[in-house]
Parts: sequence; C-alpha cells; structure tokens
Amino acid sequence: AMEGGPSSRIREGDCAVLKRDDVFKAVSVLRRRKIIFEKQWFYLDNAIGHIYGTTFEVTSGGNLQPKQEVEETTTEAKEAGTDNRNIVDDGKSQKLTHDDIKALKDKGIKGQEIVQQLIENSTTFRDKTEFAQDKYIKKKKKKYEAIVTIVKPSTRILSTMYYAREPGKINHLRYDTLAQMLTLGNIHAGTKTIVMETCAGLVLGAVMERMGGYGSIIQMYPGGGPVRAATSCFGFPKGFFDNLHEFPLSKVQSLLSGTFSAEPEEIPLLEEESNGLSEEKQQETEEEPAAETTMEINPTEEQDSMDISAEEVEFKESKEKENKENVREKQIKQWERRKKLKEAAALLREKNADGLIVASKFHPTPLLLSLLEFVAPSRPFVVYCQYKEPLLDCYTKLRERGGVINLKLSESWLRNYQVLPDRSHPKLSMSGGGGYLLSGITVLLEQGRADCRNSEAPKVEEPSSKRCKLQDLPC
Amino acid sequence: MSFVEYGDTIKDGDTAIVFLGHESMFPVKVQHGTVTQTKYGVIRHSTDLIGKKYGSKVTCSKGGWVFILHPTPELWTMNLPHRTQILYSTDISIITMMLELKPGSIVCESGTGSGSLSHALIRTVAPTGHLYTVEFHQQRAEKAREEFREHGVEHLVTVTNQDVCKNGFGVSNIADAVFLDIPSPWEAIGHAKSALKAEGGRICSFSPCIEQVQRTCLAMEEYGFTEINTLEILLRVYNVKTISLQIPDLGKAAEDNSSTGFDSSNPSHQGSPCANLQQGTVQFKSGVPLREVVGHTGYLTFATKS
Repeated sequence: AMEGGPSSRIREGDCAVLKRDDVFKAVSVLRRRKIIFEKQWFYLDNAIGHIYGTTFEVTSGGNLQPKQEVEETTTEAKEAGTDNRNIVDDGKSQKLTHDDIKALKDKGIKGQEIVQQLIENSTTFRDKTEFAQDKYIKKKKKKYEAIVTIVKPSTRILSTMYYAREPGKINHLRYDTLAQMLTLGNIHAGTKTIVMETCAGLVLGAVMERMGGYGSIIQMYPGGGPVRAATSCFGFPKGFFDNLHEFPLSKVQSLLSGTFSAEPEEIPLLEEESNGLSEEKQQETEEEPAAETTMEINPTEEQDSMDISAEEVEFKESKEKENKENVREKQIKQWERRKKLKEAAALLREKNADGLIVASKFHPTPLLLSLLEFVAPSRPFVVYCQYKEPLLDCYTKLRERGGVINLKLSESWLRNYQVLPDRSHPKLSMSGGGGYLLSGITVLLEQGRADCRNSEAPKVEEPSSKRCKLQDLPC
Repeated sequence: MSFVEYGDTIKDGDTAIVFLGHESMFPVKVQHGTVTQTKYGVIRHSTDLIGKKYGSKVTCSKGGWVFILHPTPELWTMNLPHRTQILYSTDISIITMMLELKPGSIVCESGTGSGSLSHALIRTVAPTGHLYTVEFHQQRAEKAREEFREHGVEHLVTVTNQDVCKNGFGVSNIADAVFLDIPSPWEAIGHAKSALKAEGGRICSFSPCIEQVQRTCLAMEEYGFTEINTLEILLRVYNVKTISLQIPDLGKAAEDNSSTGFDSSNPSHQGSPCANLQQGTVQFKSGVPLREVVGHTGYLTFATKS
C-alpha cells in the first residue's frame, strides 16, 4: 500500500516518459541534457523531485516549470454562429501573420495568451458554431501551448508508446493484444514463466511487472543474447532481476535430447540481425558471447612475443600484469556465465513451468512444439504472431502433437471514442490490426496418442452445432 | 490449490474444472465420497480426483473421459454461476493493464456482481495487494464472500455490503485504482476520488450505454480527473478448419487438346501445394470467423487522478 511513496517522484537516472496528448517518448532523466520532444527543446533538470504525472510548461529558456491551474472561463455566453454556410475558407481570416506570431513567441508570451490573440484576430471566429470554436481553440492550444507531462513508465504507457512510435520493434503487437496475453497466460506473482520474445524486451517487462518480483522467469533468446532495451525503461528494482534467467534457443534441442552441455562451442562469427539492430545491442545488459571473450584474449598473447627496449620492458611488464588481471576477470565472467546457464538449464529440465509466452518474429510452430515440453500440465500458454497463417499451422501441429486443449485463435478489436456533450462518436482513425493470438492449456501428454476427440484435422467444414463429440472413436 | 497459487495435485476441498471438450466444461468442488455426474459417466472424487495431478485425463464410468484442470480466474469466468451479467476476460484484460494493476496494488471495485472481475483482480494484486469490493445486494455480497473463502483468497479481499454511491468504498486515500460497473457511475465519482491515493490513481468505469458514458466523463472532468479516455474492445475468434473447395467444371475448349480453366492435370498447376489432384478440389487451412459474435459489451472509460 505504500507504493505512492518515494517511487512516485522523478529522480535523476530514472527512465521517464514524456507525454503530450497522445504522444509519448521515453527518456533518461539526466541533468544538462537537451531533450527534443514534439518540436520543443528543454532540459529536465527542474523536473527532478516533482511527482510523476506533473504537467510542465516549457519556458523560453528551455526550462520546465509546473503548469499553473488556470480558471477556464466557461460561464460567459460566447458569441457564436449556427452553421458554416457563410464561412468562406480563403486562408485570410487570421490577421496575425507568421512573423507576428513569432514575435509574440520571442517576447516570451505564454501559449495561452497567443491562442487568445489568435482568437481576437480571427475574423471568422465569432461566426463559427460553439462546437467549431471549441475545436479551433483545442487545435491552437495543441500547437502553441508548450506543455509536457512526465509520467511514470508502466506496461500501459510503454506498450502504447512502442505501438505508436516503433511498432516494427515489437512485431506490431498492439497494446490490447499484449493485455490479452498477460491475462490468458494467467501471469501473476509466484509462478515460473517461460518467455520467448523479440519485442525489444517489452513483453518481458510486462510479464515482470505482473509478477512483481515474485517467482521466476526464464527468457529464451535467439542469437548471442536477449534484447532488453524496453525492459530497462520500466524502472524495476534491482531485486526483480535476481530471478530472471535466460537460456539460448540454440541449446534447446540439446536440452530436450539430454545432450546439453554448458561448455562453449564454436560460435559463428555472424552475430546477425536476429539479435536486433545495433543500437539495441549497445543497450543489452547481457553477457558478451563467448566468441568475443576468446578474441580479446589473443591480442595479449601476441603482445608477449614482441621484442623491445628496457623502458618498454617495464611498460610491457606492467601491461602483462594488467592483461593477466583482465584475463582472470574474463575467466571469472565466463565461469559465472556458465554457472547461470547451468542454473537456467536445471530450471527448464524440471519441466514444470507454470506458463509460456511467445511473441517473436520467428515462425511460432517450432518454438511452441519445443518450449511446451518445459511446461507442466494444466497450465496456460499464449503465442503471438503478427500474421494469422503461421498460427493456423501452429494450431494444426499442436492438435497432432496432443497434450493441449482449449485451443483458441483470436484477434482483439479495439476502438477509441471521443466523448463530448452532443459530440460523441468513435475516433476517426483506428488501428487496422494488432496481431493474432493462439492460446491453450496443457494437459498430461499420453504416450503416442493425440487427444483425438477434438481432432479438427483435414475434414470438410461442418457447422459447429453438428460437430459431434465422437465418444466412439477408439482412443 | 488456490486461485492465486498453482498446486500440482488435486486435493480435497479444491475447486477444479472438469473439461469435457470444445467449449464444454464446468467447475466442481472436490470432496471425499462425492460423485459428479457427467454425460460420459460418473466421476468418483475419492478415487478419480483426489491425489491425481492437475491436467490428468479421467475416465468416467461410461468409458468416456474428461480432463481435470487447475482453476484460474479465466476458467472461472467462463464457468461461474451467473447472479448478474458478468465481465469476460477480454474486457478484464484491458482493464487490468490500463489500471496498471500488479502485485501489491490496492483496488476498489463496485459492484461485485458475480465475482468474475473480482477473481481476476485478486489474482493480479496477490500476494501483497488487496481488493475492496462493494456490493449493495446482500445475498450477492454474502455469496461472494463464500466463494472467495472456498477459493483460498479471502485474505486478499474485503466485501462490503453498501451502496457505493451513498457510502463509498469504505477506504480513503489508499487505492491505486478504482473500478465501477454500476448503473449510475457518475454518482460514485466523488467517492472514487476520495478512495484513491493522493496522486496518480487510476479509475475505470464500465457502461453499456453511451449516455451513461457521457455523464460519467463529465463527472470525471468536474472532479479534476485527467487523461480521460473511452474505448471498447471485442474479441474475434477464428475456427481453424480445413476447407475443401470444388473446382468448377468449365467445360472444354472447341479444339480437343486440353481443357480450359484450372486443370489439375496441367503441369503448371502441379507445383501448387493445395491442389488435390485426384478429386478436383482445392484444400486449404482457414481461420474462419464465427457466425455470431459478441458485438458489444460496454464502453470502458479510464482516467487519472491528478
């Protein structure tokens, strides 16, 4: 219940989200760092110490100051017209020129005042209907009021932000689809959850938020290491990461077949784009792949064989000591990495995970078929795919495999509304699609049999009411 | 077992879900000596259920079989006894995320109704959070208390029998979120505001009619809520089926060489993965929408207390 304490104040080093109307941007709160957001430049220094959710005005100097509450003068009867039959849009109704407005801005006049000036200098304003005047004011405010709200990151904020700004990074996973996944997967505190995602760590973050640091997560990853750019935005306490494990997909087959070994193998030098863009790589909090380590050790050996003068010998000796320390450090890191890998493998080997969440750019079928092996019976799983067809295939293969019930292929439809007196209607633009989900529940897999009662394998379409529960099928 | 903690084996006193097949399941209270009738025969709790692993297949007396599943709020929502119209998981999912609920959250809810949303909220805020739920119907309030007890979650929830519009939620300045699903939510906005923590609390109101939404939005504005946003969400389910479409007979051209149209013996069509060369049909897998779907549940309005 004490959530509202210190964590609700903006602190230096936080990841905060800037908000203006429906536009979001995540930034690091650092002093003397110029931020650009919605065509405004400012420093965050003055925001530090304020409560999250505070709305600030950007002063002409690029500093933030809390926005004062302004009394809206709504009680006066405004002069207004009844319709637009006589309003001609000739582009000349605003008497202030571009330069006039710029001059006002340079004088440091506040946005609110500029809007007032625009209204007074508009020849057509008083002819507009009240609704049109309202709309006009809102539009001008949006353009000239230099305000920004600083909000605390959460799944709600970050998933909305990513979907609007960088949907490609999250495989176009719309925020309501993510919401469905968390519920369908029964993500909650105290469970052991397997997550496989290539959504910049957003899905992982959402899962971590719903687990509250309780339980454990094993993140499966392709390539050299998991991308957790979005995860760091959530601002989780350090303790949340104690029970976050990771395991490479490339070792899954060996783990399933019992031939797993934590020793490094020949790692291909192509670190490829399966690991995300290079900028994301820099933000990886994860261990470097073993190959890099080996490559860094070699230059040391080369240095030893160089031939030199006494001065350089001394230098060389201290360098050697340094290098030996580096090597030792790297060996420790490698040992730690191997230890963690073994721990993750041990957790997976128990085959008793409470849930599985998959949201990646890869074809879902091979992922599901292999990762389900690690999940206990009577537990939910959810797979996200940007496209429907791969999930059709996944569904079919799961039916053949057996050990799953209640399979459901779904898509969620989302619509936002404008609600105003006498002006309520759905918003004009809408997302065309937010991806698809395949969900189900595991059951004890019997040796060699599918759950044939519900077989929907190749057969001609029949209306669902006629589809019989074939009790007499030999099972 | 509890609704907030998974168990592995079925125990006496558990609530378990009996799964018979596609969209066919029901909850059962596991009890020594009891039997449960199903269309596939009888299930004897003592021998067939208690001690078995969740997820097991159980063969009933007539020879048919079922699966026994561990309860979850989602399965409960699909199977609970309705005392009122309930919220389904689609709405529940977006409500949970938009209210930013997580372990430790304090939530207020009214009306409790049949407890569909309540179970989901409790699961999300466990083990350190709490749900304060208000229901003005005395029997419903009592039934809810009983169910929470049976489901092992009574320590996470407080049911209050009163009218939220008159008397609020019974708590002040501590809630992270408030949820309203009542006929006149605008009458409870003031109480919601006082139940919410000082800054940053979230509110959600669910109403089937747009007129209710309009009044509620106005009230939210008057009480100083910001970020007011209304949306609706629907689930579209697809049935995965293999479809066979016949190839029409377009006859033959005047010259006798080859037939026109989609000729399955035509070498250029042999590579097609879906052509069933023998029967003159094309098969493919499709995700077919259902004939009738839910077209509306209610509008969800969210806002922030600032």
